[in-house]
Amino acid sequence: MAQPEDLLYSKEHEWVKVDGDVATIGVTDYAQSSLGDIVYVELPKVGSAIRQFSNVGVIESVKAVSDLFTPMSGEVVEVNAGLEGDPAAVNRDPYGSGWLMKVRLTDPGETQNLLGAADYDAIAQQS
Amino acid sequence: MVPFAGFEMPVQYSSILREHDAVRRRAGLFDLSHMAQFVLSGDDVADWADTLTTNAVATMKRMQARYNIFCSESGGAHDDTIFYRLDGRWLLVVNAGNADKMWEHLKANLPASGVSLENRHGVDALVAIQGPRSVEMLQPHVDVDLAGLRYYFCAEGSVYGVPAVIARTGYTGEDGFELFVAGEHAPQIWNALLTDRASEGLEPCGLGSRDVLRLEAGMPLYGHELTEEISPVQAGLAWAIKRAKPAFLGKDALERQIERDDFPRIAGLVMDGRAPAREGYPVLFGGRAAGEIRSGSLAPSVGNKNVATALLAKEAAEPGSRLQVEIRGTMHDATVVPLPFYKRAK
Repeated sequence: MAQPEDLLYSKEHEWVKVDGDVATIGVTDYAQSSLGDIVYVELPKVGSAIRQFSNVGVIESVKAVSDLFTPMSGEVVEVNAGLEGDPAAVNRDPYGSGWLMKVRLTDPGETQNLLGAADYDAIAQQS
Repeated sequence: MVPFAGFEMPVQYSSILREHDAVRRRAGLFDLSHMAQFVLSGDDVADWADTLTTNAVATMKRMQARYNIFCSESGGAHDDTIFYRLDGRWLLVVNAGNADKMWEHLKANLPASGVSLENRHGVDALVAIQGPRSVEMLQPHVDVDLAGLRYYFCAEGSVYGVPAVIARTGYTGEDGFELFVAGEHAPQIWNALLTDRASEGLEPCGLGSRDVLRLEAGMPLYGHELTEEISPVQAGLAWAIKRAKPAFLGKDALERQIERDDFPRIAGLVMDGRAPAREGYPVLFGGRAAGEIRSGSLAPSVGNKNVATALLAKEAAEPGSRLQVEIRGTMHDATVVPLPFYKRAK
């Protein structure tokens, strides 16, 4: 499956869209497909400081609880409130209405630790 | 696919929620060939089996099926099973994860004569069709009158011309049939049913939807609600304990539990919020530890709420009790409700 070209990716199957000093973060289509029906998403509180590649929440399918990692460091400025009532949006539209959170970046240079679409695609296909 | 008791089993074919919906509204097809089938024969099977099980075997009618539990001396459960009384032989279906333990248990307790055992695990297959439209979907392909087959009875006949034991049993809380066939014929039956009934919405279903369906229907899953430590009395299965039987393995221990009535017990919980309760999560009552979650899931047939079973101290287990489930360090409110969570409309 092809990944959107304009995003960056982590090996933990998150995507990042950087817009100025704010990054929008979500999980990839591969991630939502592997997890199955998503029924609950627990995100960090707005205002909390999070560190790149650290565990910041959980994403739960019917069957399993999976840790959620942040692909970038910063301060959480917004979480997707729509997921509380409709967590399945992550399944339906992982790169759109299923986004997870927005983070004000403390170090935009951290993007060098992320992957482009082609490199991520290779990892997802091996998984 | 996940490894499960030596078999490679699909958790889901499409999506757990989609498969669940198919079974509640139309019908789903399950490959349950991992379940172990033992064939028992000889004149003394019924009397012998009655000494090892909590429910009655000898009183079963020809072609009847009955849920039954094998216990240890201390009252813990070795396994929960179903006996099928066929012509001239019995079929005993045990859980895949307990197959080796149960085979050893039966062999160790075998009398010198009058009972013989045959282990068909991994040889014979089991395909189940479950859901309100099971009768109409299956009937054209079998030579048995399905509408006339009573719940928990079976018939020997054929499916797509293949010899089969056709039983009106299941593990989903819906109407349905379990088809016991030789393993070599199972793929043909599986593929033919899915092809012939695809347009009516028959869907292949995996372990994931099966677990949600059985939890909603209040059916125990061995290793969760029933274990070597959690007795059938604690699991709320006293209806399957026949105290009138003169003696059976575990009887004394189970009767002591029933009389004392002070044991931790399995109860149903409905969560207030959207965080799912999962196996092992601590449960508190009045701020104090009262037990732990044994199974939990989102329950589409219970108002899309999160439901769970928990092993709870007696005082916490009363329907209506307000409890807290500790999820990742945070307390989430829940209410005890009577089991089952879901009952199909008759």
